[in-house]
Amino acid sequence: MFQDRKQIILGFFFIICGVYLFRLLYLQVIDDKYRTLGSTNAIKKEVQIPLRGQIYDRNGKLLVANVDVYDMYVTPNKVKNIDTVTFCRLFGITRGFFDSTMHVAKTYSPRRASLFLRQLSKEDFGRVSDAMVHFSGFSFELSFFRTYPAHTMANALGYIGEISKKDFEAQVVEYYRSGDYVGITGLEKQYESELRGRRGVKFTMMNVKGEDKGSYAAGEYDTLAVIGKNLYTTIDVEIQQLADSLFQGKTGCAVAIEPKTGEILAMGSYPYFDPNLLSGKQFAKNFKELYRNPDKPLNDRVATGFFRPGSTFKLVQALVALQLGAIEPSTAFPLGGAPVKCHVHSGSPNDLHNAVRFSCNPYFYHVFRKTMSMGNETNPFKEAPVMLSKWHEMMSKFGYGQKLGIDLPSESSGLLPNVKYYNKRYGEYQWKFSNIYSLSIGEGEVSVNMLKMANLAATIANRGYWITPHLVKGVGQVSKGVKPSLQEVHQTGIDTRHFESIIGGMQDAVERGTVSGGAGIVPGIAICGKTGTSQNKKGKDNSVFIAFAPRENPTIAIAVMVQNAGFGGSFAAPIATLMIEKYLKRKVERIALKERMMNTSIKTVEAMAGKGAEMKANIAEPKKTDKIPESPKKEIPKSVKADIITPKEKILAPKNTK
Amino acid sequence: MARDIDIREGIDWTTVWLYAALVLFGWLNIYAAVYNPENPIEIISLSHNAGRQLIFIGASFILILIILFVDYKVYDSFAYIFYGLVILLLIGTIFLATEIKGSRSWIKIGTFSFQPAEFSKVFTALALARYLSTQNVNITRFRDAIVAGVMVFLPPVIIILQKETGSALTFAAFVAVFYREGLPGIYPALGIALAILFVVTLFVPNPVFIMIGLAVLCGLFWYLFLKRYERTQQNLIRLVGVFVLASMFVFGTGFFITKVLQPHQQKRIQVLVNPDSDPLGAGWNVTQSRIAISSGGIIGKGYLQGTQTKFDFVPEQSTDFIFCTVGEEWGFVGSLIVILIFAALLNRIINLAEKQRSKFARIYGYCVASILFFHLFVNIGMTIGLMPVIGIPLPFLSYGGSSLWSFTMLLFIFLKLDAHRSYKV
Repeated sequence: MFQDRKQIILGFFFIICGVYLFRLLYLQVIDDKYRTLGSTNAIKKEVQIPLRGQIYDRNGKLLVANVDVYDMYVTPNKVKNIDTVTFCRLFGITRGFFDSTMHVAKTYSPRRASLFLRQLSKEDFGRVSDAMVHFSGFSFELSFFRTYPAHTMANALGYIGEISKKDFEAQVVEYYRSGDYVGITGLEKQYESELRGRRGVKFTMMNVKGEDKGSYAAGEYDTLAVIGKNLYTTIDVEIQQLADSLFQGKTGCAVAIEPKTGEILAMGSYPYFDPNLLSGKQFAKNFKELYRNPDKPLNDRVATGFFRPGSTFKLVQALVALQLGAIEPSTAFPLGGAPVKCHVHSGSPNDLHNAVRFSCNPYFYHVFRKTMSMGNETNPFKEAPVMLSKWHEMMSKFGYGQKLGIDLPSESSGLLPNVKYYNKRYGEYQWKFSNIYSLSIGEGEVSVNMLKMANLAATIANRGYWITPHLVKGVGQVSKGVKPSLQEVHQTGIDTRHFESIIGGMQDAVERGTVSGGAGIVPGIAICGKTGTSQNKKGKDNSVFIAFAPRENPTIAIAVMVQNAGFGGSFAAPIATLMIEKYLKRKVERIALKERMMNTSIKTVEAMAGKGAEMKANIAEPKKTDKIPESPKKEIPKSVKADIITPKEKILAPKNTK
Repeated sequence: MARDIDIREGIDWTTVWLYAALVLFGWLNIYAAVYNPENPIEIISLSHNAGRQLIFIGASFILILIILFVDYKVYDSFAYIFYGLVILLLIGTIFLATEIKGSRSWIKIGTFSFQPAEFSKVFTALALARYLSTQNVNITRFRDAIVAGVMVFLPPVIIILQKETGSALTFAAFVAVFYREGLPGIYPALGIALAILFVVTLFVPNPVFIMIGLAVLCGLFWYLFLKRYERTQQNLIRLVGVFVLASMFVFGTGFFITKVLQPHQQKRIQVLVNPDSDPLGAGWNVTQSRIAISSGGIIGKGYLQGTQTKFDFVPEQSTDFIFCTVGEEWGFVGSLIVILIFAALLNRIINLAEKQRSKFARIYGYCVASILFFHLFVNIGMTIGLMPVIGIPLPFLSYGGSSLWSFTMLLFIFLKLDAHRSYKV
C-alpha cells in the first residue's frame, strides 16, 4: 500500500536539497556582494557608550550629571612579555590584584576583552597612555560615572551599578552586556530605558598587522550612539536642601507635593547620606557601610516605609463620617464613654472644629463608632462587616491600602484592613466595632507610608481630589514624555462642603492648638495642619505632621515624620512649617527655630541598640511647657467592651469659644 | 533461541560510513570555530567546545554499542513505556530545569546538562511506529488518526511550555510519516499550500494584491483545469469557498504575526523578509551568517582560515550556525558535499525502510528520515536566509551532547531493526 508515496517523499527531500544548493551556488559563486566584505582579515568592533541623561530640578538646577572616565579592558592572549612590576606601579595596583583579575579574564575568554580596571580619571588616562605602548593587549573605552552636584535626594534618585546576573539573563531583547551599568534603584531604575540612550557600534577593518584600514562596509553596519534623555524633575532643590539640613542628626522623612498637579517638590528620606558615596570607585566600601547602618539609610522611607498614621488619620475618618451623614460639623461628643482618653480640656464637649484642633481622641472614637453604626442591622456582629466594607471602599479612594502609582520602582501599598482581614483574624461574624476601634485614631492594624499622608494633605487642600504624586515632569524636554497615568485625577467622592470645618480646625491646630509654642506660625501665611504621634513598637513615638498652605489656593502640601521624636508638634511641625515658609517666601525668617531644629539630634532606638549606647534620655528636648499628650494608651485592655457604654445621641454643646 | 552476538552482522555499513563522515566533518568545523591562530588550544580539553564534542563523540560510540547489543525486540515491546517515561521527564523538566536564556529545557546534573526535548523525538518515533503498526490501526480512519496525532502532539506542547519553540516545531516532521502510511495527500498538500501563502503574505505587504492574485488563480483553475461539464454551480460555490477561506487566512496571518507572536519572534520574521531592516539587532545573525557563507567562494578560504566565523561575527557558530563555518572555510564545494551526504543518507534510510518486512521498522525508518530532513531543512535554510532563525541543530554536525546522542540513537535503533529485517516482528 502507498508504496508510490516513497517517490513523492524522496522527491520532496531532493527538491529542497536542490533549492538549497542553488541558493548556495548563488551566494557563494555568482553573487559577489558579500564576498568583499568577508575577505578582510579582521574587523574590530568598537562599542560607543552614550552619555546617560542628566537629571534636573524644577528650576533647571542640576541634580545628577556625568563625569568622563576610562575603563580599561584586557584581552589575555594578546598580553605578551609584560613587565608586571612596572605595570602595577603605573596603575597603583597590587600584584595580587593583577594576577587574580587576569585569571578571571582568562577564564571568561582568552580571546575576548574583559574589564580590567574601572573608572580611570582623565588625568590618570593621560598619564598612562604614553606608557601603554609597552603593554599590548590592553584597550580603553570611554565611560562615565554619576556625580550629584546638589548632594541630595540619594534615595529618590537612586544609583547605578553593574547589571545583576539575574537581570542580565532575564532580558528579553538582548541589549546589555555583562558588566554594563544600569539603574539599580530610584529614578535611575524607573527611567532606565530613557536615561541610558542607545549604545553605538563602530566596525573598523584591520589588516594582519592590526593596522586600521578604515571603516567596515563604508559604515553600513555602524550605529551612532544616541545620548540618553534628560529627566526634568518636579523637585525644588532649595526646599530639598533645607529639609536635609533640618534633618541633621535625625531619622525620618519629609515629602512635599504641589496639590494642583501632584508634582513632588521635595522628597527626603533620612538619615541623610550624600548620593556621591554610591558612585565611583568607592562604591563597594560605602555601600557596605550604609547597608550596615542600623538606621537603614538605604531604605526609602517616603514611598516604601510602613508607619502608623496616628492622629493624622482622624482627618480622613471625619471626612468619611461627614459624607455618610454620621456626623455634622456641629456634632459634639462627651469626653467620657470611650476607652481612649483626652487630657486637655476635660469638661466641655468638643465639636468637630475643636476636636481637630485639639486632636481629641474620644471624639474620633465616637465618630468612628457612629460611622460603623450607620447600617440597618441591629446585630453588631452583622453590622460591622457591612459598614466596614462601605468604610473601606470610601477610604480606598484616598489611596489607602494600595499603591498611589508614583514613578519609582518600589512603593508600599500599606494596609487598610477590610472585612476579609478581620474574618481571618477573628472568624466570620466574630468581631464588631469594639474589636476595631483603634482604627479611629490611626492606630491598630492600619499602616501607611508618608507619601500617602502628604497625598492626604494634598487631597484636603484640593477639597476632594488628588493627582498621582510624581517626580518627573519631562523626559527629554520639559513637560513632554510623561506618562498620562501620572497626571490622572482621582476623585475621593467626598463633597467639597465637608472640607471647610476640617480645614478650619487644621488652621487652629497650627495656630492655637496642638502645635505648641507658636512653632508652626509663619506670619502672613495661613497654614492648615494636623499633628500626629504614631506609636512605634520599639520605643518613643514617631512625630508626624501633615499640612498645606496657604489655606486658600494652596500651593504646597507636606508630610513630615521624625522617628522616635515623640509628640507631633515638637519636631515634625516646625520642620514642615519651615519648609513651607521657604517655599512660599523663598527665605526663612524664623532663624532661631531653624537653628534649634538643625542642632538637635535624635538617636533612634535601632541606632542605640546597634551601638549599645546608653539608654538615657537621648533627645535634647526643647523646653516644653505645654505638652499635650496626645497618644492613646499603648496597651488598651482587651476586656474593655466599648459597646456596653450606651451611646448617647448627639450632645450639642456650646462652641468652644477659646 | 541461541544466537551468537556479533553486532556487526546485518549492519548497513553504507549508512554507518555516511554517519561517520558527517560526525567527523562536524567535529573539524567545531574545532575551526574555536580555533585561534594566536593561541593554539589542546585538542582534548574540557575548556572548549571541540574538546567536549570529542568526548561526546566517544560517548556516542559506547551508546551505539549498547543499542546494537540490546535485543531488537525491546524497541518495539517497550516503545510505549519509553514514551511514557519521556513524557514524565519532559513535564518534570519544567520544574527541575535551570533557566538558560529564558528557556527551561535543560536539566543540570553536576557540570553535565542535557535537554530531554532532544531525546523525546526518538521515543515519540518508536511509540508512533508501534501504534501505526498495530493490527487494525489505520491512519485513514478518523479515530486512529486522532490517537496518532495526539501521540505526536503531546511532546511539543510540553516543550513549548519549556519555552523551547524551535525543538517543538520539529515534530511537524511526522506529517511525512503519516502521509506515507496513507494519510490522504490533500492534507500535506494543503499544509504546503498554506505555508506558501503564508510566505507570500509576508513578502507582499498589501493583502489586496494577494486577493487579486488568488482570484486570478481561481479563474485560471476554473477555465483551464475544469472540463466544461465540471463547471457546475456546486463547484463554483466550492471554488468561491476556497477563495474566501484563503483570503481569511491571509488576514489571519497578519493578525497572528502582530498579535500572537512574541516581539522577538516577530523580529525574526521581519528580518527574514528584509535582513537590512535591523542589521545590528535581530538581523545580525542572518546578515553575518550570509556574509560568512558567501565569503567562502567556490573552494573556500581553507581549513582554519575563516575570518568571519572567528572574531565572534557569527554567534552560536558551533551549534546552530555550524554550517557557516562549513560555507566559509570549505566554500561551495564543502556545502555541496555536506548536502549531498545528507541526501544520500536520507535516500539510503528511505530505501532501507521500504525493504523492511515489519511495518514497525518501516514506519520507524520513515520517522528517522523525516526528523533528519526537517532539521536539515530548517537549519541550513536559516543560515542561508531562506528560513527564519529557529534554534535547532544540524544533525551530527552541530556541537552538543544532547543533539548528537539523540540523533545517534535515532539512527542506530533503525540500523539495529534493519539488521534483523529477516525476522518479522
